Parts: sequence; structure tokens; C-alpha cells
Amino acid sequence: MTAGPGPAGRDPGLQPERTRLAWRRTTLSAAVVAVLAVKTALHGGASGTGVVLCAVCCGLWLGFLRVAHHRIRTLSAGSPPPALTPRHATTAVLCAVAMAACAAVLVV
Amino acid sequence: MSEFVRNIRLWFAPERVREEGGTPDYRFSLANERTFLAWLRTALALIGGGFAVDQFLPDLRWAARVGLALALLAAGVLCSLRAVNHWVRCERAIRRGEDLPASRFPAMLSLVVAVVAVAMVVVVLVGWEG
Repeated sequence: MTAGPGPAGRDPGLQPERTRLAWRRTTLSAAVVAVLAVKTALHGGASGTGVVLCAVCCGLWLGFLRVAHHRIRTLSAGSPPPALTPRHATTAVLCAVAMAACAAVLVV
Repeated sequence: MSEFVRNIRLWFAPERVREEGGTPDYRFSLANERTFLAWLRTALALIGGGFAVDQFLPDLRWAARVGLALALLAAGVLCSLRAVNHWVRCERAIRRGEDLPASRFPAMLSLVVAVVAVAMVVVVLVGWEG
């Protein structure tokens, strides 16, 4: 790891950009899960529980998007970019876990 | 087990990770972050698989369908919790200049996915017969 940020202040390995794209990919995966949740919840007519869980899953996806967006802004703001904070990592993971909990309720 | 509890406390406390050791090259931290995100995507894929089993195998008996779906969902939850735990442990090891933690989890997850895949093949074949 000898090649630091270049003269123009740009990392030749494009690490912040790759990390930003990783966040984008993960947000997209979460969107797929949310869409599947909506399809399951509204399958065969909308019930009260279905609509509520549908809204919860969309809210969880928005929460994930918020974390991802915040992180992407932090990555592009400073050079060198600061490390991810455990609070954000835990929030992202809890969104995924809560989606799984919604899924368990919908499936059973 | 107390090690695990201490790790859980670290999940929520950014300042405590920062206190330990020196600040590493930011590229190591970013690489660790991308690995964490890759595990999180794996977890999301497992959760999506749970939904897919429920939605796209409607001819199965209720018990088989719900059992498979819950197994995939549980694997997803486990995988995401382990992702953040492993990320914290790696971050701390990088800061302290220690070796990265070794883990049996990838091998276990592969076995679980293989078992679920075989179970799914069997269940679909049996479902067709009946």
C-alpha cells in the first residue's frame, strides 16, 4: 500500500467510488426484498395486516436508503474518507433483520 | 460468551472502536466496509429467497413451504447479524494491527445453503408426484 492519494487528491484504486457502488448495490438488493414483501403482502387481496406490513417494509427500505445516502455523502465529502461508524452499520443490519421479521409474519 | 456481549456493545458505540489502536490506512477500512456490505447483500438475498419460496412454490404443502421459507429467513437474519459482528471484529483487529479473525461461518453457511437447495429439489419433486 505505497500508492497514496495521487497529486490530484484522487485515490488511484478508486476505493471510495467502489465503496459507494457497494452501498448502491446493497440498497438495490434491499429494494428487491421490499418489492417481494409488497407482492407477498398484497397477494390475494389486501388485508389489514398485509397493508401495515407492506408499509413497514417500505419504511425499512427508506431507512436503509437514508443510511446509504448519508454514507455516500460522507465518502465523497472528505479526503481521506472517515471509516463507517458502527451505529450506521448496525442500523443497516437492523433494517434487514426487521424485514426478515416482517417476512416471517407474512409467510406464516 | 462475554466476548460476544462486548462485541454487541461495540456495534452501537463508534467512539469505543476509535479509541483502540491507531487509525489505519483508510483503504483497509473501506475494504472491510465493502466486505460487510457483501455479507449484508448475501443476507438480503437469503431473505428474498424466503419470500420467493412462499410466492413461487404455491403448490407445496403448507408445512414444507413455511418450513423452507423460515429456514431461509433465519439464515438471512443470522448472516446479517454475523456481518456486523465480523465487521466490528475486523475493524478492531486492523486498528490494533492484529491478525484478522478466522471464521467458520462461510463454511457453515455453504453447508446450510446446500442442504436447503437439496431439500427444495426433493420437495419440488415430491410436490409434482403428489
